[in-house]
Amino acid sequence: MLSISKNYIQALAKKGLRADQRKMEEFRKPITVEYGISSKSAEGSARVKIGDTEVIAGVKTEVGKPYPDSLGDGTIMVNVELLPLSSPEYESGPPSIDAIELARVVDRGIRESHAIDFKKLCVKEGELVWTVMIDIYPINATGNLFDACALAALAALKDAKFPKLEGDVINYKEKTDTPIPLEFLPVSCTIHKIGGKFLVDPTRDEELASDARLTIAFTESGKICAMQKGGDSPFTEEEVLKIVDLAAKKTVELRQNL
Amino acid sequence: MSYKRPDRKEDELRPMEAKVGVVKNAIGSAMFKIGKTIAIAAVYGPRELHPRFLQNAETGILRCNYNMMAFSGSGNRVRPGPSRRSKEIALVTTKALEPALDLTEFPKTVVDVFIELIQTDAGTRCAGICAASMALADAGLNMKDLVCAVSGGMVGDVPVVDLDYDEESYEGGAVDIPIAMMPRTGEITLMQLDGVLSKEQLHEAMKLAKKGCEDIYNVQKEALKAKYKEE
Repeated sequence: MLSISKNYIQALAKKGLRADQRKMEEFRKPITVEYGISSKSAEGSARVKIGDTEVIAGVKTEVGKPYPDSLGDGTIMVNVELLPLSSPEYESGPPSIDAIELARVVDRGIRESHAIDFKKLCVKEGELVWTVMIDIYPINATGNLFDACALAALAALKDAKFPKLEGDVINYKEKTDTPIPLEFLPVSCTIHKIGGKFLVDPTRDEELASDARLTIAFTESGKICAMQKGGDSPFTEEEVLKIVDLAAKKTVELRQNL
Repeated sequence: MSYKRPDRKEDELRPMEAKVGVVKNAIGSAMFKIGKTIAIAAVYGPRELHPRFLQNAETGILRCNYNMMAFSGSGNRVRPGPSRRSKEIALVTTKALEPALDLTEFPKTVVDVFIELIQTDAGTRCAGICAASMALADAGLNMKDLVCAVSGGMVGDVPVVDLDYDEESYEGGAVDIPIAMMPRTGEITLMQLDGVLSKEQLHEAMKLAKKGCEDIYNVQKEALKAKYKEE
């Protein structure tokens, strides 16, 4: 990024202003969630838009042997692919570190919140368990993929129904009425620190000018269930607590879209 | 064995939808839906091509990429990353679009076309080509014509157009012939065939595909006009 653009965004932020006239604590509009965008093939799917950023997510299920250290538990898998279709910045090839971090942060929000009870993904202890696979793809990447991907993953899970299991073989042509056992929705929000000030829902330019970020996932009752710090600058203890308050407030708003 | 289509005529395409400008970041983009198959395509470029030995001093180069999203298949999850199948489809897609495109104004550059399948019910390479040619037109590149693609073929001994997945896997046997053409001249730019049939049956299937391409052509043109009407 050009240092002149970076300096401009930082100088604006110091005054509590943003290049697109938004308030520091304001998301782009509209935020939309559309369910069942690939309902023939995926067990569940959704499209999320936050302003111009668009992400789609789909859920597929498979059955297999459980891990030896958790014989009664199914599992989940989250994958994000930064499609070169979605931005001139991305290139084809093996997953970049950004894609891996994104996927792991989304995974952590769902896994560590225990939003999915892995025991309920068990078909027969020690022999057969479900794996729920969530694949997330940006279609237009113009900032804040962290929040958009997390929201899309939750929406796709909410939309998902198990396919029919015949013995230990899945009949993908027939879906059951059984939803994926979601106890609640662990919505997450990412707060960026730019020029000493905090803001939400950054544009891509704001992300590139950002000093540090903190992503926090919350349970429905407001408990913190996963975090990830990113960026080059450190946070003070006070800053972290301030960020937690802001993120908690914003996730209440985000949750209303699901 | 005589096959009868449950919900449409033998020479009828599945319902189509097309939209231009679906990826704002891209220079040009489009969505093409036929039945339950949904393809999106985005164009980036002309941009500098690396490594430099791939550059052509006379003209820009077209490079297509085809990918099925992990959840877009009818069975198991599709493993991410390129496969032999997706690479071959990317190649024939590039060859199907190249004859319509003139990149001589942009020597040493590349135009990248990225095709993603969100949901599939057969006919994905054809849907991808239809979306990609609209995206190239949306990008404002010099083109002789749009490229339209659909499969002709046989289900049992009945000639049909635009086979869906159930028809492709019909137990009485099926022939699938993906064809792309530039409707203005009728020139064929993609032709593949899976199955066994006579020369007469091939001709019959080609006639059906040609008629199908003309229907697609109208849908594509309407979608392109709709975008510029809005602006």
